[in-house]
Amino acid sequence: MLRGRAFKFGDNISTDDITPGRWFHLRSNLPELAKHLLEDVNPDFVSQVKPGDFIVAGRNFGLGSSREHAAVIIKMAGVSAIVAKSVARIFFRNAINVGLPVLICDSDKIEDGDELEVDLKGGKVKNVTTGSELTSGKFPEVMLSIIDEGGLIPYIKKHKDFDIS
Amino acid sequence: MGKTLAEKILSQNSGSDVRAGDIVIAKVDLAFLQDGTAPLALRQLAASGLEQISNPKRLVFFIDHASPSPTRELSNDHALVRDFAAKNGAQLCDIGEGICHQIVVESYANPGEVIVGADSHTVTAGALGAFATGMGSSDVAMAIALGRTWLRVPESFKVVVGGSFKEGVYAKDLSLHLIGVIGADGANYKALEFCGPTIDNMNMSGRFTLANMTVEAGAKVGLFPSDDSTRRYLESRGRGDRFHPLGPDPDADYEQIIEIDVTALEPTVSMPHAVDNVALAKDLKGEKIQQVFIGTCTNGRLEDMAIVAKMLKGRKRHPATRLIIAPASREVLMAAMNAGYITDFLEAGATVLPPGCGPCVGIHQGVLGDGERCLSTANRNFRGRMGNPQSFIYLGSPATAAATAIAGEITDPRELL
Repeated sequence: MLRGRAFKFGDNISTDDITPGRWFHLRSNLPELAKHLLEDVNPDFVSQVKPGDFIVAGRNFGLGSSREHAAVIIKMAGVSAIVAKSVARIFFRNAINVGLPVLICDSDKIEDGDELEVDLKGGKVKNVTTGSELTSGKFPEVMLSIIDEGGLIPYIKKHKDFDIS
Repeated sequence: MGKTLAEKILSQNSGSDVRAGDIVIAKVDLAFLQDGTAPLALRQLAASGLEQISNPKRLVFFIDHASPSPTRELSNDHALVRDFAAKNGAQLCDIGEGICHQIVVESYANPGEVIVGADSHTVTAGALGAFATGMGSSDVAMAIALGRTWLRVPESFKVVVGGSFKEGVYAKDLSLHLIGVIGADGANYKALEFCGPTIDNMNMSGRFTLANMTVEAGAKVGLFPSDDSTRRYLESRGRGDRFHPLGPDPDADYEQIIEIDVTALEPTVSMPHAVDNVALAKDLKGEKIQQVFIGTCTNGRLEDMAIVAKMLKGRKRHPATRLIIAPASREVLMAAMNAGYITDFLEAGATVLPPGCGPCVGIHQGVLGDGERCLSTANRNFRGRMGNPQSFIYLGSPATAAATAIAGEITDPRELL
């Protein structure tokens, strides 16, 4: 069970919002790059987020570039999962691949600052502040296996190949 | 029930009969990475313990995003990539060669192939009938080691295009219009499959533009049939032997059918800060523009350069509007030079950049100032995309861009034809 506070974002948060292109030269220095996470959308986010907290977004979170650094630095900031109405395709795969869980549900029922409890296995998001509970959509089996292993690299280290039979 | 193009390619690739929603392990025919995504991929590859590269002849590294390098950190990233390519016998396209997606279509992609690239605009090669899709560094790292990747077979939207473009209206206008109709996430996880008489008559340059932009509607892949235009293009590139006709079955099952008649289209512009925020160029008259950028994997081809040269010839850029032009590849630059276009650009007051991504990604070569507005022929206008969150990006066709550079404000190119 994951527990933390919700940091609320709107629709269409792009990878340029998450990790702006002007910090391109820091991509091989992830701790430095992570200091700029989401700074153009919420300049206080990096200083306020605590390990275990959640990014709660609207539609199409992570649209745009394939830069996996976006998912990596969200995880480095301590965010335990993304809760959104929908997530752009490449970002979704990247998040799962770096061991950052994503839950798809009606995030309108969550306000900034709400306390959440997330049951990843059951796909449940409980809003402790309001008492409401949301259910996440289902993932393909292969993604669940990758999540179980903590990401694609540990998955391949263990299985040596894609094992989806 | 017949198959969509996506179902057909992934069935042939995996040697099984697959349908939308199925998961396949696909053989990867071509994998590529660029300087922004390769260093992380190489670190992930090292972490995985997999050391062998499955097919170095079909693994290409591109140094196109920060090219030539503007900083010491990026020079070191470039060195890492060059060193890995040399040690492993992989292909390297170094600075000055051009943008990955342009070189992939010029020199590598073929109909029916599965292509993965660590860049979202990998979808460009769908114009040649390849299942080409963008992924992150970890996915592509595993694909280059194993020679395989997992894919969910996408549902397809059929985009049927009819009618004839009016003068001054191009594939880019169709693309922006289409994204306005579908929305920035309207095709999330889906394949967009193009067909219809207008597509049959469209040259490959227009098809590349359309395929390139499909990711801006969220699509996993943008597919075109492999037909006579494809054959002629491949023959012109010395790959005629790789041509085979390929199309969807007539009774394929589509999740949605979108019909567009281009005859009614007018020059179209995406307004800040979303690609689906579209308007007509004529309705934005008076909007002052400080910088025009022509190039990118969307519109940096010779056909685009020809349109721009024709409009700029004998004219000057507006004194308050900077004009930056970056041909998409070395070949495009050489051909544009031989055709006299580069002279036309320089005489009009343009700054010509070396082949590469240029200012599109916000690293260098034309970062915008606070409050400045740019009209670009690129594919994205997200806030901060061109290096400054306090600036504003409009997207349009090369003709709209050239007309805007001359007038100093957003201008319908038909005014200057």
